[in-house]
Amino acid sequence: MDRGVYSEGRFVKKIMSKHSTIKVGTIDWLAVIFYMALVVSGWLSIYASVYDMETGKSIFDIQTNSGRQFLWMLVSWLIIIPIITVDYKLFDSLAYLLYILTLVILVLVIFFGTEIRGSHSWITVFGFRFQPLELAKITTSLTIARYLSKYDTKIGLMKSQIILFSLIGIPALLIIGGGETGSALVFAAFVFVFYREGMSGNILLFAFLFIILFGLTLMLNIYYLLAGLGVITFIIGILLRKNKNALIFIITAGIISMGIVLSENYLLHHVLKPHQIRRLETLVNPNADPLGMGWNVTQSKIAIGSGGFLGKGFLEGTQTKFDFVPEQSTDFIFCTIAEEKGFTGSIIIIGLFVALFIRIILIAERQKSAFSRIYAYCVLSVLFFHFAINIAMTLGLAPVIGIPLPFISYGGSSLVGFTMLFFIMLKLDAYQGFILR
Amino acid sequence: MNFNSNRVIIIRLIILATAIIFVARLFYLQLIDSSYKASAEGNIIRRVTAYPSRGLIFDRDSEIVVCNAPIYDLMLVPHQVKKIDTLKFCQLLNLPIEEFIKRYKICKKFSAYIPSVFESQLSNSMYGRLQEFLIEFPGFYVQPRTIRDYPSLSGAHVFGYTGEISKKKLKKIGGEYRMGDYIGISGLEESYESLLKGMRGVRHVMVNVRGAEMGAFKEGLYDTVSISGLDLTSTLKSSLQKYGEQLMVNKTGAIVCIEPSSGEVLAFVSSPTYNPVELTGKGFSTNYKKLSMDTLKPLFNRSIMAQYPPGSVFKIVNHLIALQEKLINNQTSFSCDGAYNIASLSVGCHPHSSPLNLEQSIQYSCNSYYCYVFRYILENNKYKNIEMTYSSWRNHVTSLGFGNILNTDLPNEKGGFIPPTSYYNKYFGAGKWKWTTVISLAIGQGEILCTPLQLANFASIIANRGFYYIPHFVKRISHSDQIKSKYRQKNYSDFDSIHFITLINGMKRAVDDGTATMAKIKDIEICGKTGTAQNPHGKDHSIFIGFAPKDNPKIAVAAIIENSGFGGTWAAPLASLMVEKYLTDTISRGWIEEYILKADLLKK
Repeated sequence: MDRGVYSEGRFVKKIMSKHSTIKVGTIDWLAVIFYMALVVSGWLSIYASVYDMETGKSIFDIQTNSGRQFLWMLVSWLIIIPIITVDYKLFDSLAYLLYILTLVILVLVIFFGTEIRGSHSWITVFGFRFQPLELAKITTSLTIARYLSKYDTKIGLMKSQIILFSLIGIPALLIIGGGETGSALVFAAFVFVFYREGMSGNILLFAFLFIILFGLTLMLNIYYLLAGLGVITFIIGILLRKNKNALIFIITAGIISMGIVLSENYLLHHVLKPHQIRRLETLVNPNADPLGMGWNVTQSKIAIGSGGFLGKGFLEGTQTKFDFVPEQSTDFIFCTIAEEKGFTGSIIIIGLFVALFIRIILIAERQKSAFSRIYAYCVLSVLFFHFAINIAMTLGLAPVIGIPLPFISYGGSSLVGFTMLFFIMLKLDAYQGFILR
Repeated sequence: MNFNSNRVIIIRLIILATAIIFVARLFYLQLIDSSYKASAEGNIIRRVTAYPSRGLIFDRDSEIVVCNAPIYDLMLVPHQVKKIDTLKFCQLLNLPIEEFIKRYKICKKFSAYIPSVFESQLSNSMYGRLQEFLIEFPGFYVQPRTIRDYPSLSGAHVFGYTGEISKKKLKKIGGEYRMGDYIGISGLEESYESLLKGMRGVRHVMVNVRGAEMGAFKEGLYDTVSISGLDLTSTLKSSLQKYGEQLMVNKTGAIVCIEPSSGEVLAFVSSPTYNPVELTGKGFSTNYKKLSMDTLKPLFNRSIMAQYPPGSVFKIVNHLIALQEKLINNQTSFSCDGAYNIASLSVGCHPHSSPLNLEQSIQYSCNSYYCYVFRYILENNKYKNIEMTYSSWRNHVTSLGFGNILNTDLPNEKGGFIPPTSYYNKYFGAGKWKWTTVISLAIGQGEILCTPLQLANFASIIANRGFYYIPHFVKRISHSDQIKSKYRQKNYSDFDSIHFITLINGMKRAVDDGTATMAKIKDIEICGKTGTAQNPHGKDHSIFIGFAPKDNPKIAVAAIIENSGFGGTWAAPLASLMVEKYLTDTISRGWIEEYILKADLLKK
């Protein structure tokens, strides 16, 4: 099946007329607007999170995180220029080379990297610190896009699947080696891409089931949980008793679920180390470790809750200043938004992200080249994973995994990295009209 | 086609579902759950640390020797300060206004929102006075805390002290420690920190804009109680420790007493010492500065950190080695005419009867005798060359606990020095040295060094006839006897117990009618050996090791008094007082006690 045809019929006319007038192709300006809106509101939130009403430093003050973030914004925008002007074919043809280069850097960083808070994942160049793992997200995306778009790759084949999972597994393992387990998890997000490109949907389903049941195993008594699953299976079974296939499916699903619960229970009590369990327990019950992991979550919830409907107002937050919530301007930046902008502001940010994601899907689906489409889905997966885990963490719905909120969180590496990731997609999109294969 | 568009729809649904879950959660946290609303109305949730009480330390008779005393810190949250009567505040605190402004600025520079200590350790009367008016000063509040107290006023070098964790250390160990936390810095406070410290708790308190507490946040849902540290029972006998410190006034040196049958340290004196209370509370920094500037180094723990040449005490070691290697026997006699002379070499001796046998060699501490013995040892034809012979000698020595740290449970222990073969090879050249080169080792001089703890342990080995338990300072943790297994196992030296018989008889005779007669106690069979160690720092160090009673010994002791003269003159009587005090709890020889107490042996 030629997957490219689907979008071609719908958009080819419009695009053909556009690219003939503009040399660089046609940038999707709506996506750029979403991007800008997120970056600017992030910058303002960073200012709010470090703002001291007594000294009242300027948002451009280079001594503060907000001033530095502004510099990084400028750097990101400078990098957009070469991305937009180079030949779009370069991203395809250099993909493997860049991927291997990234792996080499990731290995080097483990041994020679600058150590920051116990993590060997930084390199220092001319006094600037950079995390190469941000680069890895981009090059892995390009590589997956290139490999999957090859005419002889069949995603249903075992061989292709092994190669695909190795492509995401190797950088992930190297990043774990550097001490950034949280960022390594991001590579699991590529499962979305595989799913879109035809891998069995059971993978997705199984992953979801596993995660949900794991949470329940942590929270509930194992016997109640098993009994509950039995009852649910039974009730649905009765409702579906006329459809034999559905009945078999639901009974199998019930049995598999109970099996998962039992094995997870075993894992929890016999395999995991105490500190690993503590990290998971904190998720369910922050009191388990109120001064460590639980501290962040509790403080984060207090800050968010105190925001109310309209929030306390810009720079008026009290709970998100300084050390009340650690990592305030990086991983827990969403607290500041929720505290100062309240429910309304939070919804706007979430809405912006959702709009951006929907826009990326639209961009992806209109590509004629499989490479561009798969790359766009990679971008979606990476951004969505960061969004979902980061906000779930601040809301106390996921364990504390230190990954930034894309475009919003303070941090040069992540802002530059996400900007590059995103604008390569826009560049490929701008040229879709030329690609007819 | 259909297949793919289905999948795209599913992906869209996943994104939307996630967003809906987030919105629902935000809706609950921000609009439904009213407990958070209270804080939205201008209130602030303050996190108050509930400090655990640090574990207590008892002595071996269950007397409290280390405990906690309550104090109050005045805390400041700068951004909560609103229009206060600064003058009144300064009057209450007896503080000049400039000082107030200075401190306020420091606190604010640190953080406008996080509480910092404005005035630490308020006196009780100050606390009482301030308490009443605190409501008028939003932004200030009082936080209770405890500091260490040492009611026995002794044992400073054993218990150590606590203090605020340093920035460097915080960076290194981090974890549950925070800036301003107290941590054990030396002694048992340091080595048992993890057991003593307990677990901190935390309370979340609602505070209104005026700084007054409005009750627990969410009825204490997020609060945890603190867990006290574990109590320790020390092996020290507090009365003996105090007596030892009293005896050592105006002398520099050390006394270590060990119970041989268990390795428990009974007394551990390093002189000059200091009152442990000096390093607690408000006076800490001034006192610490004063103590560290003192030329007599009271903070220096001589008992495990000072390294002395053992002098004649070391003759016992060569005695045992020669017997174990079957180079001499109990009847071996040598003559001494006041010096040991061979070729260009001469080692002087003091007057005593001649010739003398093995037992008498210890009784009179004959230098010549041990030069003969040492020659036998290093000319042992069992070994091929001097390097091998010497290293065999060295192995025997180290089996007695010399030359390496003993691994006691106090930090910063030193290991002394027994030169390895390579040391002499480097110094004289390989093959270019022989027994005459290192002859001073025969009588415990030369390059060898050992700590008072090692000497006391050595006395303990002799008392036990060949084995020792690693000397240690804690016998019980909380209410169990679970101390580390290494302190409960016997360590055997290289020597058969039979070789100790003549030696112990000799040591008995040294006290009864030899070099250590001033250590003699009526009705107590005390065995001992004196040492007089030449050293580059002035007058000889006076050294004595011994144990009592002869059979079934209860106490082994080592005493060193720096730059005071003969071992028999000072260290021996001093050690005998410790023995008598421990065994009988009285002192029968008042004149000896007075003689020691009055002596001022500080190096002038």
